[in-house]
Amino acid sequence: MRNTTIPEEEYMLPGHVACLGCGAALAMRYALKALGKKTIVSVPACCWAVIPGVYPYRTLEVPLLYTAFEVTGAAISGIREALEVLGQDDVTVMGWAGDGGTADIGIQALSGAMEREHNVIYVMYDNEAYMNTGVQRSGATPFGAWTTTTPVGKLRIYKKERKKPVAEMMVAQGVPYVATANIAYPEDLIRKLRKAKEMKGPKFIHIYATCPTGWRVPPNKTIEIAKLAVQTRVFPLYEVENGVYKINVKPKERVPVRDYLRMQGRFRHLTEEEVELIQKMVDEEWEKLLLKEEMTNRVRKE
Amino acid sequence: MKTMITGNEAAAWGARLARVKVVSAYPITPQTKVVEKIAEFIANGEMDARYIRVESEHSAMAACISAENTGVRTFTATSAHGLALMHEMLMWAAYARLPIVMAVINRAMAPPWSIWADHQDSMAQRDTGWIQIYSESNQEELDAVLMLYKICEDKDVLLPAMTMMDAFILSHTMEPVDIPDQKLVDDFLPELDLPHRLDINRPAGHGSLIMPEGPVMEYRKAMADAFAGVRDKILKVEEEFREIFGREYGGLVEEYRTEDADAIAVVSSTIASTSKEVVDRMRERGLKVGLARVRYFRPFPHRELREIAKKTDMLGVIDRSYTFGYGGALYAETKGVLYGHSDIPVKNYIMGIGGRDVTPEILEKVFMDMLKIAKDGAVDTEVEWVGLIGDERWSA
Ligand SMILES: Cc1ncc(C[n+]2csc(CCOP(=O)(O)OP(=O)(O)O)c2C)c(N)n1
Ligand SMILES: [Mg+2]
Repeated sequence: MRNTTIPEEEYMLPGHVACLGCGAALAMRYALKALGKKTIVSVPACCWAVIPGVYPYRTLEVPLLYTAFEVTGAAISGIREALEVLGQDDVTVMGWAGDGGTADIGIQALSGAMEREHNVIYVMYDNEAYMNTGVQRSGATPFGAWTTTTPVGKLRIYKKERKKPVAEMMVAQGVPYVATANIAYPEDLIRKLRKAKEMKGPKFIHIYATCPTGWRVPPNKTIEIAKLAVQTRVFPLYEVENGVYKINVKPKERVPVRDYLRMQGRFRHLTEEEVELIQKMVDEEWEKLLLKEEMTNRVRKE
Repeated sequence: MKTMITGNEAAAWGARLARVKVVSAYPITPQTKVVEKIAEFIANGEMDARYIRVESEHSAMAACISAENTGVRTFTATSAHGLALMHEMLMWAAYARLPIVMAVINRAMAPPWSIWADHQDSMAQRDTGWIQIYSESNQEELDAVLMLYKICEDKDVLLPAMTMMDAFILSHTMEPVDIPDQKLVDDFLPELDLPHRLDINRPAGHGSLIMPEGPVMEYRKAMADAFAGVRDKILKVEEEFREIFGREYGGLVEEYRTEDADAIAVVSSTIASTSKEVVDRMRERGLKVGLARVRYFRPFPHRELREIAKKTDMLGVIDRSYTFGYGGALYAETKGVLYGHSDIPVKNYIMGIGGRDVTPEILEKVFMDMLKIAKDGAVDTEVEWVGLIGDERWSA
């Protein structure tokens, strides 16, 4: 018997139409390995509305309900309630939306669905911009990034605002299970989705998904960049269960953010000072995260 | 059971009797009592349904869509701004061929804020692919909800429907309503059996990307064909309904004293009730006027209106909304279906905008104007606004 750490069952067939090196495609593949066949997925307008293929072809071995851009939270609420009416409580319902469909236009429906405590999993796969429509800025685009609506230009207009912390917003809302995950850490990703599947109530998972096309990187760098995002602490891996933080990966050495930024065309215009500024932001966020972990664990113990 | 209830309560009773399983709704005046009543029914164990208390009307319709697509009967209700907010999802529901039924309380659109009866909200949704019916009484509203589920869920139809009633005039006014026996309703209305429901044993993409050479145009044509068959289903279901419950409403268009009428008013909703009074009074005085109450706006009653036009010398179309740059929508479409079939004059009266009262006195003036046009054989003004402040011509 082979000793694999990733389930061998496939619920995503070959033949999808994602770009080369698409992190979002990998994310779905892993997620379905974790959740299995008894799953219904709902996707809004986003790259994932295209990736499964053009009618009559399909990639997923589970029912997939396509919906409008801003309604994922509401769509999974409706599916879940209908399944309960039908007595199909053992079916997992997963909303699968991009960062734009989650952090921006869909934030209301997401917040509503989580607040109503439906038994659903909401995944925000994060490629850090509106990729389906050609790399426009989203609220989840990181500080410093070039996008087609923050095109740098002569006036150096890049994304000047911080990334919207959707997972933290969900923690603030009291969502009982909130986690971040990353395609370069598939065992961790699968474990988190399995945990979400076992737990009743609302779950929110934020998955980092490299986008070579939009980030201006070669497709064979997808995993390397995703790994660096964790090692540089740009995208920490953690989970929050009933308000208590647990950081899953604490990098031993401090890999400079510069290594991460300099690999990507979308950050090419940044000066050394700007890179330093981002380093400071990242350090600060990491410090805060450590304190949150310490504080919430202490509160729990007391 | 005969009881006194408001139009809003009648709509809620319709949902309850239809054994709706998922309700997803958001409050807006004057619809609020519909969702409150349903909440009460559920809280008292009188209605076995899930109630999703969504955070917007857009989400209300989105959740109805996904629940219905999972295979259960859904219901929602809204009004004016809520309906406008749903616009995107209305098309989604129709194109996904989901037989959702919704009560719409007709209210004016802002600005300025006005919560009173006006049809602008639902007229603006006439191209979304929904069946649309305008009720004249609370009883008709309740009965319409029951009939619509039966019509919409028919495998040859599979379309959503909205049933309209006038803000306050029906929504908040008590009328005697016969609440049918649950057992009779159960015999009349079978359980939903949606052929294209989400099913883990039949994985499929519902609404996936399609190219221009894919069968997208064919889907639309199939929907157009389904719509073309709705007229006959309406008549058939109403006949069945009459047999079981003893009530009928006249199909797509209810005719009232149209026999040998010199002029016929084409009108919908509660203006029709007032008009009937006026018709009676005028007939007593030997003035031959009649009324065609358009119940279904979608599908539009082509045949019926063409037949009605044959019986008379002119049509006066009363609209409670306005299509800017054209005229009233009921007028525009009535004229459209008459073209090539009838040469009688047609005049449009814009009335009751923003809830402006439409009194019997002012309606009588309209009928007198119609009789004059019938006699002259020509229309003076094609579209006329009636009941404006300070307009002596129409003031009572
Ligand atoms: C109401 C509405 N507005 C705009 C669009 C156009 N649109 C489709 S996908 C998309 C961007 C999606 O971005 P994101 O959610 O981040 O997913 P990604 O494409 O990056 O995977 C936009 C703007 C739409 N479909 N609907
Ligand atoms: Mg994106």
